[in-house]
Amino acid sequence: MAEQLENHGKSVEEKRELTCIGCPLGCPLTVELSGGTPVRVMGNTCKKGEEYAIKEVTNPERILTSIVRVTGGSGAVISVKTTAGVPKGCIPQCMKEIHACTVKAPVRIGDILIKNIAGTSADVAATRAME
Amino acid sequence: MRKAELVIIGGGPAGMAAAVSARQNGIENIVILERDHVLGGILNQCIHNGFGLHTFQEELTGPEYADRYEQKVKELEIEYQLETMVTDISEGTDQKASDLLPGVRCIHVSAVNRTYGFFQIETKAVILAMGCRERPRGALNIPGYRPAGIYSAGTAQRLINVMGYMPGKRVVILGSGDIGLIMARRMTLEGAKVLAVAELMPYSGGLKRNIVQCLEDYDIPLLLSHTVVNIRGKERVEGITLAKVDEKGRPLPGTQIEYECDTLLLSCGLLPENELSKTAGVALQQITGGPAVNDRLETSIPGMFACGNVLHVHDLVDYVSEEASLAGKYAACYIQKAKEEPVEDGTKAKERAAEDGTEAKEEPAKDGTELEAAVTDDTELQIQPENGVRYTVPCSISPDKMADQVVVRFRVGGVYQDRYISVYLGEQRLLHAKRRILTPGKMEQVILKKSFFQSVKPDEAIRIDLEEE
Repeated sequence: MAEQLENHGKSVEEKRELTCIGCPLGCPLTVELSGGTPVRVMGNTCKKGEEYAIKEVTNPERILTSIVRVTGGSGAVISVKTTAGVPKGCIPQCMKEIHACTVKAPVRIGDILIKNIAGTSADVAATRAME
Repeated sequence: MRKAELVIIGGGPAGMAAAVSARQNGIENIVILERDHVLGGILNQCIHNGFGLHTFQEELTGPEYADRYEQKVKELEIEYQLETMVTDISEGTDQKASDLLPGVRCIHVSAVNRTYGFFQIETKAVILAMGCRERPRGALNIPGYRPAGIYSAGTAQRLINVMGYMPGKRVVILGSGDIGLIMARRMTLEGAKVLAVAELMPYSGGLKRNIVQCLEDYDIPLLLSHTVVNIRGKERVEGITLAKVDEKGRPLPGTQIEYECDTLLLSCGLLPENELSKTAGVALQQITGGPAVNDRLETSIPGMFACGNVLHVHDLVDYVSEEASLAGKYAACYIQKAKEEPVEDGTKAKERAAEDGTEAKEEPAKDGTELEAAVTDDTELQIQPENGVRYTVPCSISPDKMADQVVVRFRVGGVYQDRYISVYLGEQRLLHAKRRILTPGKMEQVILKKSFFQSVKPDEAIRIDLEEE
Protein backbone atom coordinates (compact mmCIF):
# COMPACT_ATOMS: atom_id res chain seq x y z
CA MET A 1 0.00 0.00 0.00
CA ALA A 2 3.06 2.24 0.26
CA GLU A 3 2.65 3.36 -3.34
CA GLN A 4 -0.81 4.64 -2.52
CA LEU A 5 0.65 7.00 -0.01
CA GLU A 6 3.18 8.65 -2.30
CA ASN A 7 1.37 11.93 -1.75
CA HIS A 8 3.01 12.05 1.64
CA GLY A 9 4.18 15.61 2.30
CA LYS A 10 1.25 17.33 0.58
CA SER A 11 -0.65 19.76 2.74
CA VAL A 12 -3.15 18.05 4.96
CA GLU A 13 -6.65 19.39 4.44
CA GLU A 14 -8.72 16.91 6.37
CA LYS A 15 -8.33 14.36 9.13
CA ARG A 16 -10.59 11.34 9.61
CA GLU A 17 -10.81 9.21 12.77
CA LEU A 18 -11.55 5.51 12.33
CA THR A 19 -11.46 2.31 14.34
CA CYS A 20 -9.63 -0.55 12.67
CA ILE A 21 -11.67 -3.74 12.30
CA GLY A 22 -8.75 -5.99 11.36
CA CYS A 23 -8.57 -7.63 14.80
CA PRO A 24 -9.92 -7.21 18.35
CA LEU A 25 -7.16 -4.70 19.13
CA GLY A 26 -9.30 -2.07 17.34
CA CYS A 27 -6.52 0.49 16.82
CA PRO A 28 -7.77 4.09 16.69
CA LEU A 29 -6.70 5.28 13.24
CA THR A 30 -6.20 8.81 12.01
CA VAL A 31 -6.13 9.34 8.26
CA GLU A 32 -4.82 12.59 6.83
CA LEU A 33 -6.36 13.55 3.51
CA SER A 34 -5.36 16.00 0.85
CA GLY A 35 -7.82 16.73 -1.93
CA GLY A 36 -9.86 13.73 -0.85
CA THR A 37 -6.95 11.29 -1.11
CA PRO A 38 -5.26 9.76 1.91
CA VAL A 39 -1.70 10.97 2.45
CA ARG A 40 -0.95 9.44 5.81
CA VAL A 41 -2.37 6.79 8.16
CA MET A 42 -1.49 6.98 11.85
CA GLY A 43 -2.33 4.89 14.85
CA ASN A 44 -2.25 1.55 13.05
CA THR A 45 0.03 -1.16 14.40
CA CYS A 46 0.11 -3.37 11.34
CA LYS A 47 -0.28 -3.33 7.57
CA LYS A 48 -3.93 -4.38 7.74
CA GLY A 49 -4.78 -1.13 9.53
CA GLU A 50 -3.32 1.01 6.79
CA GLU A 51 -5.11 -0.95 4.04
CA TYR A 52 -8.40 -0.73 5.88
CA ALA A 53 -8.04 3.01 6.50
CA ILE A 54 -7.30 3.78 2.84
CA LYS A 55 -10.26 1.71 1.58
CA GLU A 56 -12.51 3.22 4.21
CA VAL A 57 -11.76 6.88 3.34
CA THR A 58 -11.65 6.43 -0.43
CA ASN A 59 -14.45 4.00 -1.18
CA PRO A 60 -16.23 2.47 1.82
CA GLU A 61 -18.52 -0.33 0.70
CA ARG A 62 -20.81 -2.73 2.54
CA ILE A 63 -22.65 -5.87 1.59
CA LEU A 64 -26.25 -4.98 2.47
CA THR A 65 -28.53 -7.70 3.82
CA SER A 66 -32.24 -7.38 4.47
CA ILE A 67 -35.59 -9.00 3.74
CA VAL A 68 -38.08 -8.74 0.88
CA ARG A 69 -41.84 -9.37 1.14
CA VAL A 70 -43.13 -12.56 -0.48
CA THR A 71 -46.67 -13.37 -1.59
CA GLY A 72 -48.04 -16.87 -1.95
CA GLY A 73 -45.15 -18.47 -0.06
CA SER A 74 -44.78 -20.50 3.09
CA GLY A 75 -43.48 -17.39 4.87
CA ALA A 76 -44.06 -13.63 4.73
CA VAL A 77 -40.50 -12.54 3.97
CA ILE A 78 -37.35 -13.85 2.39
CA SER A 79 -33.76 -12.91 3.27
CA VAL A 80 -31.68 -11.13 0.60
CA LYS A 81 -28.21 -9.65 0.09
CA THR A 82 -26.50 -7.39 -2.41
CA THR A 83 -24.33 -9.44 -4.74
CA ALA A 84 -21.47 -6.95 -4.27
CA GLY A 85 -20.55 -4.20 -1.84
CA VAL A 86 -22.59 -1.04 -2.25
CA PRO A 87 -21.19 2.41 -1.37
CA LYS A 88 -22.06 3.29 2.21
CA GLY A 89 -23.82 6.47 1.11
CA CYS A 90 -26.20 4.50 -1.13
CA ILE A 91 -27.54 2.30 1.68
CA PRO A 92 -30.65 4.44 2.45
CA GLN A 93 -31.67 4.47 -1.24
CA CYS A 94 -31.04 0.70 -1.48
CA MET A 95 -33.28 0.13 1.54
CA LYS A 96 -36.06 2.19 -0.08
CA GLU A 97 -35.97 -0.03 -3.16
CA ILE A 98 -35.83 -3.20 -1.04
CA HIS A 99 -38.85 -2.05 1.01
CA ALA A 100 -40.80 -1.29 -2.19
CA CYS A 101 -40.14 -4.76 -3.61
CA THR A 102 -42.54 -7.70 -3.32
CA VAL A 103 -41.87 -11.04 -5.00
CA LYS A 104 -44.00 -14.09 -5.72
CA ALA A 105 -43.11 -17.52 -4.36
CA PRO A 106 -41.49 -19.85 -5.22
CA VAL A 107 -38.07 -18.29 -4.84
CA ARG A 108 -34.83 -20.19 -5.17
CA ILE A 109 -31.62 -19.39 -3.36
CA GLY A 110 -29.55 -17.07 -5.55
CA ASP A 111 -32.53 -15.72 -7.56
CA ILE A 112 -31.97 -12.08 -8.52
CA LEU A 113 -34.90 -10.12 -7.09
CA ILE A 114 -33.74 -6.55 -7.86
CA LYS A 115 -31.32 -5.68 -10.63
CA ASN A 116 -28.80 -2.83 -10.39
CA ILE A 117 -30.09 -1.57 -7.06
CA ALA A 118 -29.95 2.23 -6.64
CA GLY A 119 -27.76 2.35 -9.73
CA THR A 120 -24.88 0.73 -7.85
CA SER A 121 -24.52 -2.10 -10.44
CA ALA A 122 -24.98 -4.59 -7.58
CA ASP A 123 -28.04 -6.86 -7.68
CA VAL A 124 -30.17 -8.11 -4.82
CA ALA A 125 -30.28 -11.91 -4.54
CA ALA A 126 -32.34 -14.24 -2.37
CA THR A 127 -30.25 -15.96 0.33
CA ARG A 128 -32.77 -18.70 1.00
CA ALA A 129 -35.39 -20.66 -0.87
CA MET A 130 -39.13 -20.50 -0.32
CA GLU A 131 -41.88 -22.66 -1.73
CA MET B 1 -38.50 -49.97 19.48
CA ARG B 2 -36.90 -48.29 16.53
CA LYS B 3 -33.12 -48.75 16.29
CA ALA B 4 -30.38 -46.48 15.02
CA GLU B 5 -26.63 -46.36 15.24
CA LEU B 6 -26.48 -42.63 15.83
CA VAL B 7 -29.09 -40.10 16.92
CA ILE B 8 -28.23 -36.41 16.59
CA ILE B 9 -30.25 -34.01 18.68
CA GLY B 10 -30.60 -30.71 16.85
CA GLY B 11 -30.45 -29.94 13.12
CA GLY B 12 -28.60 -26.63 13.28
CA PRO B 13 -25.05 -26.07 12.04
CA ALA B 14 -23.56 -28.42 14.65
CA GLY B 15 -26.05 -31.25 14.12
CA MET B 16 -25.82 -31.12 10.32
CA ALA B 17 -21.99 -31.03 10.25
CA ALA B 18 -21.82 -33.89 12.77
CA ALA B 19 -24.25 -35.97 10.69
CA VAL B 20 -22.36 -35.37 7.45
CA SER B 21 -19.07 -36.29 9.07
CA ALA B 22 -20.46 -39.44 10.73
CA ARG B 23 -21.87 -40.61 7.38
CA GLN B 24 -18.56 -39.89 5.64
CA ASN B 25 -16.92 -42.00 8.33
CA GLY B 26 -19.09 -44.97 7.51
CA ILE B 27 -22.17 -44.74 9.72
CA GLU B 28 -25.31 -45.72 7.82
CA ASN B 29 -28.16 -45.53 10.27
CA ILE B 30 -28.25 -41.89 11.40
CA VAL B 31 -31.29 -39.84 12.48
CA ILE B 32 -31.30 -36.09 13.11
CA LEU B 33 -34.11 -34.89 15.38
CA GLU B 34 -34.97 -31.20 14.94
CA ARG B 35 -37.51 -29.13 16.86
CA ASP B 36 -38.12 -26.47 14.15
CA HIS B 37 -39.95 -27.05 10.83
CA VAL B 38 -36.71 -26.55 8.87
CA LEU B 39 -33.06 -27.51 9.28
CA GLY B 40 -30.48 -24.79 9.88
CA GLY B 41 -31.23 -23.71 13.45
CA ILE B 42 -30.35 -20.15 14.40
CA LEU B 43 -28.63 -19.53 11.03
CA ASN B 44 -32.07 -19.10 9.44
CA GLN B 45 -32.56 -15.81 11.26
CA CYS B 46 -28.94 -14.62 10.97
CA ILE B 47 -29.44 -13.02 7.57
CA HIS B 48 -26.28 -10.86 7.81
CA ASN B 49 -23.09 -11.87 6.05
CA GLY B 50 -19.72 -12.91 7.43
CA PHE B 51 -20.28 -16.67 7.74
CA GLY B 52 -18.09 -19.28 6.11
CA LEU B 53 -14.80 -17.43 5.58
CA HIS B 54 -12.90 -20.38 7.10
CA THR B 55 -15.12 -23.24 5.91
CA PHE B 56 -15.90 -22.17 2.35
CA GLN B 57 -13.37 -19.34 1.81
CA GLU B 58 -16.21 -16.99 0.94
CA GLU B 59 -18.49 -14.69 2.85
CA LEU B 60 -22.00 -16.11 3.13
CA THR B 61 -25.15 -15.10 4.99
CA GLY B 62 -26.51 -17.40 7.70
CA PRO B 63 -29.25 -18.99 5.55
CA GLU B 64 -26.76 -19.62 2.72
CA TYR B 65 -24.30 -21.27 5.12
CA ALA B 66 -27.09 -23.47 6.48
CA ASP B 67 -28.17 -24.36 2.95
CA ARG B 68 -24.69 -25.65 2.07
CA TYR B 69 -24.91 -28.18 4.89
CA GLU B 70 -28.56 -28.96 4.27
CA GLN B 71 -27.68 -29.91 0.68
CA LYS B 72 -24.94 -32.21 1.98
CA VAL B 73 -27.37 -33.85 4.40
CA LYS B 74 -29.78 -34.44 1.51
CA GLU B 75 -27.12 -35.66 -0.92
CA LEU B 76 -25.93 -38.19 1.66
CA GLU B 77 -29.56 -39.21 2.26
CA ILE B 78 -29.28 -38.71 5.99
CA GLU B 79 -32.65 -39.09 7.68
CA TYR B 80 -34.03 -36.14 9.63
CA GLN B 81 -37.27 -35.66 11.53
CA LEU B 82 -38.53 -32.09 11.70
CA GLU B 83 -40.95 -30.60 14.26
CA THR B 84 -39.74 -33.28 16.61
CA MET B 85 -39.11 -32.56 20.26
CA VAL B 86 -36.77 -34.82 22.18
CA THR B 87 -38.12 -35.27 25.69
CA ASP B 88 -35.61 -37.61 27.27
CA ILE B 89 -32.27 -39.31 26.78
CA SER B 90 -31.34 -42.18 29.06
CA GLU B 91 -28.91 -45.03 29.13
CA GLY B 92 -30.50 -48.21 27.84
CA THR B 93 -31.14 -51.05 30.26
CA ASP B 94 -32.93 -53.63 28.17
CA GLN B 95 -29.94 -55.34 26.60
CA LYS B 96 -32.05 -58.27 25.38
CA ALA B 97 -34.03 -56.00 23.12
CA SER B 98 -30.87 -54.85 21.41
CA ASP B 99 -30.58 -57.09 18.34
CA LEU B 100 -28.77 -54.46 16.35
CA LEU B 101 -26.00 -54.11 18.86
CA PRO B 102 -25.81 -57.27 20.90
CA GLY B 103 -23.92 -57.21 24.13
CA VAL B 104 -23.05 -53.56 24.14
CA ARG B 105 -24.57 -50.60 25.87
CA CYS B 106 -27.23 -48.51 24.21
CA ILE B 107 -28.96 -45.19 24.70
CA HIS B 108 -32.71 -44.59 24.55
CA VAL B 109 -33.93 -41.34 23.02
CA SER B 110 -37.58 -40.42 23.61
CA ALA B 111 -39.23 -37.89 21.33
CA VAL B 112 -42.60 -36.64 20.21
CA ASN B 113 -43.92 -35.36 16.88
CA ARG B 114 -47.18 -35.15 14.94
CA THR B 115 -46.49 -38.14 12.71
CA TYR B 116 -45.49 -40.77 15.26
CA GLY B 117 -46.79 -39.24 18.47
CA PHE B 118 -44.52 -40.37 21.28
CA PHE B 119 -41.73 -42.68 20.12
CA GLN B 120 -38.40 -44.04 21.27
CA ILE B 121 -35.20 -44.84 19.43
CA GLU B 122 -32.60 -47.25 20.74
CA THR B 123 -29.21 -46.09 19.58
CA LYS B 124 -25.56 -46.87 20.02
CA ALA B 125 -24.47 -43.26 20.23
CA VAL B 126 -25.93 -39.77 20.61
CA ILE B 127 -24.53 -36.42 19.58
CA LEU B 128 -25.86 -33.50 21.59
CA ALA B 129 -26.22 -30.49 19.29
CA MET B 130 -29.06 -28.51 20.86
CA GLY B 131 -27.38 -25.11 20.74
CA CYS B 132 -27.99 -22.36 23.25
CA ARG B 133 -30.60 -19.90 24.48
CA GLU B 134 -30.50 -16.23 25.35
CA ARG B 135 -30.26 -15.07 28.94
CA PRO B 136 -33.78 -13.79 29.68
CA ARG B 137 -34.86 -10.67 31.57
CA GLY B 138 -35.68 -12.76 34.61
CA ALA B 139 -31.99 -13.60 34.98
CA LEU B 140 -30.87 -9.97 34.80
CA ASN B 141 -32.43 -8.30 37.84
CA ILE B 142 -33.73 -5.29 35.93
CA PRO B 143 -36.13 -3.26 38.05
CA GLY B 144 -39.31 -1.73 36.69
CA TYR B 145 -42.66 -2.85 35.34
CA ARG B 146 -43.21 -5.79 33.01
CA PRO B 147 -44.84 -4.15 29.99
CA ALA B 148 -44.92 -5.36 26.41
CA GLY B 149 -41.97 -4.28 24.29
CA ILE B 150 -39.13 -6.10 26.04
CA TYR B 151 -37.53 -8.72 23.81
CA SER B 152 -34.34 -10.71 23.77
CA ALA B 153 -32.31 -9.59 20.75
CA GLY B 154 -32.64 -13.01 19.12
CA THR B 155 -36.43 -12.94 19.46
CA ALA B 156 -36.54 -9.54 17.74
CA GLN B 157 -34.21 -10.95 15.08
CA ARG B 158 -36.60 -13.81 14.40
CA LEU B 159 -39.66 -11.53 14.36
CA ILE B 160 -38.07 -9.20 11.80
CA ASN B 161 -36.00 -11.52 9.61
CA VAL B 162 -38.15 -14.65 9.49
CA MET B 163 -41.69 -13.54 10.33
CA GLY B 164 -41.60 -10.02 8.90
CA TYR B 165 -42.88 -8.18 12.00
CA MET B 166 -41.33 -5.00 13.36
CA PRO B 167 -41.27 -5.13 17.17
CA GLY B 168 -40.89 -1.38 17.79
CA LYS B 169 -39.98 2.10 16.58
CA ARG B 170 -37.71 3.61 19.23
CA VAL B 171 -35.28 1.18 20.72
CA VAL B 172 -32.72 0.90 23.52
CA ILE B 173 -30.49 -2.15 23.58
CA LEU B 174 -28.93 -3.57 26.75
CA GLY B 175 -25.83 -5.66 26.15
CA SER B 176 -23.26 -5.27 23.40
CA GLY B 177 -22.94 -8.90 22.40
CA ASP B 178 -22.86 -9.55 18.67
CA ILE B 179 -26.59 -10.22 18.37
CA GLY B 180 -27.38 -6.88 20.04
CA LEU B 181 -25.01 -5.04 17.70
CA ILE B 182 -26.39 -6.78 14.62
CA MET B 183 -29.93 -5.96 15.71
CA ALA B 184 -29.06 -2.29 16.24
CA ARG B 185 -28.20 -2.14 12.53
CA ARG B 186 -31.13 -4.30 11.41
CA MET B 187 -33.72 -2.24 13.25
CA THR B 188 -32.16 0.99 11.96
CA LEU B 189 -32.28 -0.28 8.37
CA GLU B 190 -35.91 -1.28 8.84
CA GLY B 191 -36.79 2.24 9.92
CA ALA B 192 -36.53 2.19 13.73
CA LYS B 193 -34.52 4.68 15.74
CA VAL B 194 -31.96 2.95 17.94
CA LEU B 195 -31.19 5.43 20.70
CA ALA B 196 -28.32 3.68 22.48
CA VAL B 197 -26.59 0.41 23.21
CA ALA B 198 -25.70 0.09 26.90
CA GLU B 199 -23.04 -2.33 28.16
CA LEU B 200 -22.54 -3.16 31.82
CA MET B 201 -18.87 -4.05 31.35
CA PRO B 202 -16.18 -1.47 30.53
CA TYR B 203 -15.62 -3.30 27.20
CA SER B 204 -17.90 -4.74 24.55
CA GLY B 205 -18.37 -8.47 24.22
CA GLY B 206 -18.94 -8.08 20.48
CA LEU B 207 -16.54 -8.28 17.56
CA LYS B 208 -14.80 -5.04 16.55
CA ARG B 209 -16.15 -5.39 13.05
CA ASN B 210 -19.70 -5.32 14.40
CA ILE B 211 -19.07 -2.28 16.60
CA VAL B 212 -17.81 -0.34 13.58
CA GLN B 213 -20.23 -1.61 10.93
CA CYS B 214 -23.37 -1.85 13.06
CA LEU B 215 -23.00 1.10 15.45
CA GLU B 216 -20.47 3.62 14.12
CA ASP B 217 -21.80 3.40 10.55
CA TYR B 218 -25.21 4.49 11.85
CA ASP B 219 -24.07 6.87 14.61
CA ILE B 220 -25.57 4.72 17.37
CA PRO B 221 -23.90 5.51 20.71
CA LEU B 222 -22.30 2.66 22.70
CA LEU B 223 -22.40 3.44 26.42
CA LEU B 224 -19.87 1.27 28.25
CA SER B 225 -20.23 0.71 32.02
CA HIS B 226 -23.93 1.53 31.80
CA THR B 227 -27.03 -0.48 32.64
CA VAL B 228 -30.80 -0.23 32.75
CA VAL B 229 -32.00 0.99 36.15
CA ASN B 230 -35.68 1.50 35.32
CA ILE B 231 -38.27 0.48 32.77
CA ARG B 232 -41.26 2.81 32.54
CA GLY B 233 -44.70 2.02 31.14
CA LYS B 234 -47.41 -0.36 32.34
CA GLU B 235 -48.98 -1.81 29.19
CA ARG B 236 -46.18 -0.95 26.77
CA VAL B 237 -42.62 0.27 27.35
CA GLU B 238 -42.70 4.07 27.50
CA GLY B 239 -39.17 4.80 28.54
CA ILE B 240 -35.91 3.40 29.82
CA THR B 241 -33.52 4.87 32.38
CA LEU B 242 -29.84 4.08 32.00
CA ALA B 243 -27.17 4.85 34.58
CA LYS B 244 -23.41 4.59 34.75
CA VAL B 245 -22.06 1.83 36.99
CA ASP B 246 -18.94 1.59 39.15
CA GLU B 247 -16.33 -1.14 38.78
CA LYS B 248 -18.55 -3.53 40.74
CA GLY B 249 -21.50 -2.93 38.45
CA ARG B 250 -23.42 -0.77 40.96
CA PRO B 251 -25.37 2.16 39.46
CA LEU B 252 -23.88 5.57 40.33
CA PRO B 253 -26.36 8.16 41.63
CA GLY B 254 -26.79 11.24 39.49
CA THR B 255 -25.75 9.56 36.23
CA GLN B 256 -29.22 8.63 34.99
CA ILE B 257 -30.12 9.20 31.36
CA GLU B 258 -33.78 9.02 30.33
CA TYR B 259 -34.87 7.69 26.95
CA GLU B 260 -38.38 7.86 25.51
CA CYS B 261 -38.77 4.55 23.71
CA ASP B 262 -41.19 1.71 23.08
CA THR B 263 -38.79 -1.22 22.92
CA LEU B 264 -35.95 -2.68 24.97
CA LEU B 265 -33.78 -5.42 23.46
CA LEU B 266 -31.67 -7.63 25.70
CA SER B 267 -28.41 -9.06 24.40
CA CYS B 268 -26.85 -10.23 27.62
CA GLY B 269 -25.25 -13.55 26.93
CA LEU B 270 -26.08 -17.04 25.76
CA LEU B 271 -26.59 -20.18 27.81
CA PRO B 272 -26.02 -23.67 26.43
CA GLU B 273 -29.31 -25.56 26.45
CA ASN B 274 -28.58 -28.67 28.50
CA GLU B 275 -31.83 -29.71 30.16
CA LEU B 276 -31.76 -33.01 28.24
CA SER B 277 -28.10 -33.60 29.04
CA LYS B 278 -28.71 -32.96 32.74
CA THR B 279 -31.60 -35.40 32.89
CA ALA B 280 -29.44 -37.98 31.15
CA GLY B 281 -26.82 -37.55 33.88
CA VAL B 282 -24.14 -35.87 31.76
CA ALA B 283 -21.60 -34.00 33.90
CA LEU B 284 -21.58 -30.29 33.09
CA GLN B 285 -18.80 -27.71 33.34
CA GLN B 286 -19.84 -24.97 35.72
CA ILE B 287 -18.41 -22.05 33.76
CA THR B 288 -19.60 -22.95 30.27
CA GLY B 289 -22.85 -24.60 31.34
CA GLY B 290 -22.02 -27.24 28.72
CA PRO B 291 -20.96 -30.87 29.09
CA ALA B 292 -17.44 -31.65 30.28
CA VAL B 293 -15.87 -33.49 27.34
CA ASN B 294 -12.58 -35.25 26.61
CA ASP B 295 -10.48 -34.83 23.45
CA ARG B 296 -12.95 -37.06 21.53
CA LEU B 297 -15.73 -34.62 22.51
CA GLU B 298 -17.30 -37.45 24.51
CA THR B 299 -19.23 -36.53 27.64
CA SER B 300 -19.10 -38.33 30.98
CA ILE B 301 -21.53 -40.88 29.51
CA PRO B 302 -19.79 -43.19 27.02
CA GLY B 303 -21.32 -42.94 23.56
CA MET B 304 -22.74 -39.49 24.21
CA PHE B 305 -20.91 -36.71 22.38
CA ALA B 306 -21.44 -32.94 22.27
CA CYS B 307 -20.60 -30.15 19.85
CA GLY B 308 -21.52 -26.59 18.94
CA ASN B 309 -23.14 -24.06 21.24
CA VAL B 310 -24.59 -26.71 23.55
CA LEU B 311 -20.97 -27.44 24.49
CA HIS B 312 -19.76 -23.85 24.80
CA VAL B 313 -20.82 -20.64 23.07
CA HIS B 314 -18.82 -20.05 19.90
CA ASP B 315 -18.29 -16.73 18.13
CA LEU B 316 -17.89 -18.17 14.62
CA VAL B 317 -20.08 -20.83 13.04
CA ASP B 318 -17.03 -22.05 11.13
CA TYR B 319 -15.58 -23.30 14.42
CA VAL B 320 -18.90 -24.96 15.24
CA SER B 321 -18.78 -26.88 11.96
CA GLU B 322 -15.18 -27.91 12.54
CA GLU B 323 -15.89 -29.10 16.08
CA ALA B 324 -19.08 -30.88 15.00
CA SER B 325 -17.26 -32.71 12.20
CA LEU B 326 -14.87 -34.03 14.81
CA ALA B 327 -17.75 -35.09 17.06
CA GLY B 328 -19.27 -36.95 14.08
CA LYS B 329 -15.98 -38.67 13.38
CA TYR B 330 -15.39 -39.70 16.99
CA ALA B 331 -18.96 -40.95 17.35
CA ALA B 332 -18.38 -43.02 14.18
CA CYS B 333 -15.15 -44.44 15.66
CA TYR B 334 -17.00 -45.30 18.86
CA ILE B 335 -19.79 -47.09 16.98
CA GLN B 336 -17.38 -48.99 14.76
CA LYS B 337 -15.20 -50.00 17.67
CA ALA B 338 -18.26 -51.32 19.46
CA LYS B 339 -19.17 -53.32 16.35
CA GLU B 340 -15.70 -54.76 15.85
CA GLU B 341 -14.90 -55.42 19.46
CA PRO B 342 -18.11 -56.14 21.27
CA VAL B 343 -17.50 -56.34 24.95
CA GLU B 344 -17.81 -60.08 24.56
CA ASP B 345 -19.60 -62.41 22.19
CA GLY B 346 -23.07 -61.05 21.62
CA THR B 347 -25.01 -64.16 22.50
CA LYS B 348 -23.03 -64.73 25.65
CA ALA B 349 -23.51 -61.16 26.76
CA LYS B 350 -27.22 -61.51 26.21
CA GLU B 351 -27.33 -64.71 28.23
CA ARG B 352 -25.30 -63.14 30.96
CA ALA B 353 -27.51 -60.10 31.01
CA ALA B 354 -30.54 -62.33 31.14
CA GLU B 355 -29.04 -64.39 33.96
CA ASP B 356 -27.93 -61.78 36.39
CA GLY B 357 -29.86 -58.81 35.05
CA THR B 358 -26.74 -56.70 34.88
CA GLU B 359 -25.09 -55.04 31.95
CA ALA B 360 -22.15 -56.59 30.13
CA LYS B 361 -18.77 -56.35 31.80
CA GLU B 362 -16.55 -53.31 31.52
CA GLU B 363 -19.61 -51.15 31.44
CA PRO B 364 -18.57 -47.90 33.04
CA ALA B 365 -20.76 -47.62 36.07
CA LYS B 366 -23.10 -44.74 36.67
CA ASP B 367 -21.64 -44.45 40.12
CA GLY B 368 -19.11 -41.59 40.27
CA THR B 369 -16.25 -43.43 41.99
CA GLU B 370 -16.12 -46.31 39.58
CA LEU B 371 -16.31 -43.97 36.65
CA GLU B 372 -13.32 -42.09 37.96
CA ALA B 373 -11.40 -45.33 38.37
CA ALA B 374 -12.14 -46.27 34.78
CA VAL B 375 -10.86 -42.91 33.61
CA THR B 376 -7.61 -43.28 35.52
CA ASP B 377 -7.00 -46.64 33.86
CA ASP B 378 -7.02 -44.90 30.50
CA THR B 379 -4.87 -42.02 31.81
CA GLU B 380 -7.02 -39.04 31.10
CA LEU B 381 -5.03 -35.88 31.69
CA GLN B 382 -7.17 -33.08 33.09
CA ILE B 383 -6.67 -29.60 31.64
CA GLN B 384 -6.67 -26.92 34.32
CA PRO B 385 -7.50 -23.38 33.24
CA GLU B 386 -5.67 -20.79 35.37
CA ASN B 387 -4.77 -17.13 35.66
CA GLY B 388 -7.19 -15.48 33.25
CA VAL B 389 -8.18 -18.60 31.30
CA ARG B 390 -11.79 -19.27 32.30
CA TYR B 391 -12.35 -22.75 30.91
CA THR B 392 -11.16 -25.12 28.22
CA VAL B 393 -12.94 -27.43 25.79
CA PRO B 394 -12.02 -30.27 25.92
CA CYS B 395 -11.33 -30.42 29.65
CA SER B 396 -9.26 -33.60 29.46
CA ILE B 397 -7.18 -35.49 26.93
CA SER B 398 -6.06 -39.07 26.69
CA PRO B 399 -2.40 -39.34 25.57
CA ASP B 400 -3.11 -42.83 24.16
CA LYS B 401 -6.33 -42.23 22.31
CA MET B 402 -5.85 -38.64 21.23
CA ALA B 403 -5.39 -37.66 17.58
CA ASP B 404 -1.99 -36.37 16.48
CA GLN B 405 -3.24 -32.88 17.23
CA VAL B 406 -6.02 -31.67 19.48
CA VAL B 407 -7.39 -28.13 19.32
CA VAL B 408 -8.13 -26.81 22.79
CA ARG B 409 -10.45 -23.80 22.77
CA PHE B 410 -11.02 -21.39 25.62
CA ARG B 411 -12.07 -17.90 26.61
CA VAL B 412 -10.32 -15.43 28.88
CA GLY B 413 -11.98 -13.55 31.74
CA GLY B 414 -10.99 -9.97 30.88
CA VAL B 415 -9.19 -7.78 28.35
CA TYR B 416 -5.43 -8.48 28.35
CA GLN B 417 -2.75 -6.91 26.18
CA ASP B 418 0.62 -8.43 25.32
CA ARG B 419 0.26 -11.71 27.18
CA TYR B 420 1.57 -15.18 26.55
CA ILE B 421 -0.65 -18.22 26.48
CA SER B 422 1.35 -20.94 28.21
CA VAL B 423 0.69 -24.65 28.41
CA TYR B 424 2.39 -26.75 31.08
CA LEU B 425 2.57 -30.47 31.76
CA GLY B 426 3.61 -30.66 35.39
CA GLU B 427 6.53 -28.23 35.55
CA GLN B 428 7.45 -28.60 31.89
CA ARG B 429 6.33 -25.79 29.57
CA LEU B 430 4.96 -27.19 26.33
CA LEU B 431 3.81 -24.02 24.59
CA HIS B 432 4.36 -20.30 24.98
CA ALA B 433 2.56 -18.16 22.43
CA LYS B 434 2.30 -14.38 22.42
CA ARG B 435 -0.98 -12.58 21.82
CA ARG B 436 -1.23 -8.83 21.22
CA ILE B 437 -4.68 -8.80 22.74
CA LEU B 438 -7.06 -11.22 24.40
CA THR B 439 -10.71 -10.36 25.02
CA PRO B 440 -13.62 -12.35 26.47
CA GLY B 441 -15.53 -11.88 23.22
CA LYS B 442 -13.04 -13.83 21.16
CA MET B 443 -12.50 -17.54 21.52
CA GLU B 444 -8.81 -18.50 21.69
CA GLN B 445 -7.17 -21.80 20.89
CA VAL B 446 -3.97 -23.78 21.34
CA ILE B 447 -2.98 -26.97 19.56
CA LEU B 448 -1.73 -29.84 21.70
CA LYS B 449 0.31 -32.48 19.91
CA LYS B 450 0.29 -36.14 20.80
CA SER B 451 4.09 -36.05 20.84
CA PHE B 452 3.97 -33.75 23.90
CA PHE B 453 2.61 -36.56 26.01
CA GLN B 454 4.80 -39.56 25.26
CA SER B 455 5.90 -40.07 28.83
CA VAL B 456 3.31 -38.95 31.31
CA LYS B 457 2.90 -39.77 34.94
CA PRO B 458 -0.69 -40.73 35.74
CA ASP B 459 -1.20 -37.95 38.28
CA GLU B 460 0.08 -35.17 36.05
CA ALA B 461 -2.20 -32.43 34.78
CA ILE B 462 -2.08 -29.97 31.92
CA ARG B 463 -2.24 -26.31 32.90
CA ILE B 464 -3.18 -23.48 30.53
CA ASP B 465 -2.64 -19.93 31.75
CA LEU B 466 -1.79 -16.37 30.74
CA GLU B 467 1.63 -14.96 31.58
CA GLU B 468 3.14 -11.50 31.24
CA GLU B 469 6.41 -12.85 29.91
